[in-house]
Amino acid sequence: MREDNAEAVHAMADIIDPQKDKAAKSENWLKPHRIVLLLLAALMVALMAFNMRWDWLPLYWTEMLGGLWVTLALLVSSSILGFAMAVPLGLAQVSGPAPLAWAARGFCTMIRGTPLLLQLWLLYYGLGSLFPQIPWIRGSFIWPYLREAWPYALASLTISFAGYEGEVMRGALAGVPKGELEAARAYGMSRFTVLRRIWLPRAIQRALPTLNGEIVLQLKATPLVATITVIDLYAVISDVRQDTYIIYEPLLFLAFIYLCLTGLLVAGFRYLENRIPTRGV
Amino acid sequence: MRALLTSLEVAAGGYLVGLLIGVGGAFGKLYGGPILRDLLEAYTTIIRAVPELVLIVLVYYAGTDLLNRLMAALGYARLDISGMAAGIAVIGLVQGAYSTEVLRGAIKAVPAGQIETARAYGMPPFLLVRRITLPAMLPHAIPGLANLWLIATKDTALLAVVGFTELTLATRQAGGATREYMLFFCAAGLLYLMVSLVSNVVIALIERRARRGMPGFSS
Repeated sequence: MREDNAEAVHAMADIIDPQKDKAAKSENWLKPHRIVLLLLAALMVALMAFNMRWDWLPLYWTEMLGGLWVTLALLVSSSILGFAMAVPLGLAQVSGPAPLAWAARGFCTMIRGTPLLLQLWLLYYGLGSLFPQIPWIRGSFIWPYLREAWPYALASLTISFAGYEGEVMRGALAGVPKGELEAARAYGMSRFTVLRRIWLPRAIQRALPTLNGEIVLQLKATPLVATITVIDLYAVISDVRQDTYIIYEPLLFLAFIYLCLTGLLVAGFRYLENRIPTRGV
Repeated sequence: MRALLTSLEVAAGGYLVGLLIGVGGAFGKLYGGPILRDLLEAYTTIIRAVPELVLIVLVYYAGTDLLNRLMAALGYARLDISGMAAGIAVIGLVQGAYSTEVLRGAIKAVPAGQIETARAYGMPPFLLVRRITLPAMLPHAIPGLANLWLIATKDTALLAVVGFTELTLATRQAGGATREYMLFFCAAGLLYLMVSLVSNVVIALIERRARRGMPGFSS
């Protein structure tokens, strides 16, 4: 009951004075039980810091930075490439000719219906074992790249992102009000201009809120590439565990880093979303 | 084919464990005391922010080790935890965090008047949950829960990384033994796809039934 009152007071304060509300909220955030919980959490962290072994941290510092870089590079490049693929996929499903629409829908269903790990291994072990059998590929300039693991990692991450985001783009493109497109046509815009000026911007604006979640999911998918010998952050931590026979600490540290990365991503997107005017969406 | 069955068993087991955690977590988040609420908030936030693969490795190794130490401390013999049980526990723990959020949203979507009416009739809390809250929130929860089931079937593939022989790892082993990677991976992909498509049909049927009598959703 007391809580309900506090809520009501907040609602009032919100109307009267947003500044005051902010102060009240932060005051509310530090309730006594929460301070106790925070202290307990701090105690646990301190216990972990003193009782567990962290002497490996400085030794592997450079490797971990390299792994972090690989993880972030994979995340950013696969998201951008995947999004670039998702737009035509969505378009084909919404307004393409029937065979193209079917192909795009089949692609999205296939990607979303199978585990990413399977796709990754299919590309790496499956395709990777086929390539050497084709003579002209061995001679061409892409061969050195095909023998490495990261192109397969990037390709499968990109494809999977495109599959999921293509479905989102389909919904976003279909959700743009018909009247806006008709108005643009009535102004004498060509179909391509309508797409470039009206349809795509409006659809992307609608898809943006889901993009945050998709990218967090993509971040959580990146450690899978360690299974095909790409040295990302997860692979570095695995190496640490194998070298030093320390079981828990590296994994806990890894979880902590991913927690921070997710937090940063979410905060960054919230900042961006606040800057983009979303009136009328 | 045995591997497919194992995958499905782990997925189903993990999903059920997740649902149980989810129901408990959702009610805890909505009606629990402030401490319980904060702890649940921390649980769902952490689980949803850390990659499943890391969680699976962490719980699979650390969880079994901790349990064994606990058993040793209590004076019992070492317990040999099967990969299956550990897998179910891990998937359940991950699914629990997500289904907590889904169910919380669904319960909040039930009109408060219905619950208040049941209280006014003097229904005890458990009867209230069983007769009113759970049936009334089901239509709101099913899309989210269906999504979670599909995620659960795909998350089982991650258990391959810790050496649990489910469909994906069995496929790789078969491919490695026969050098026919392409064939086996495509076959496994088809199997996963079939599971998803069949699930979709079943989910559509369940949803039709759960939504019966609701205005505006008759399709």
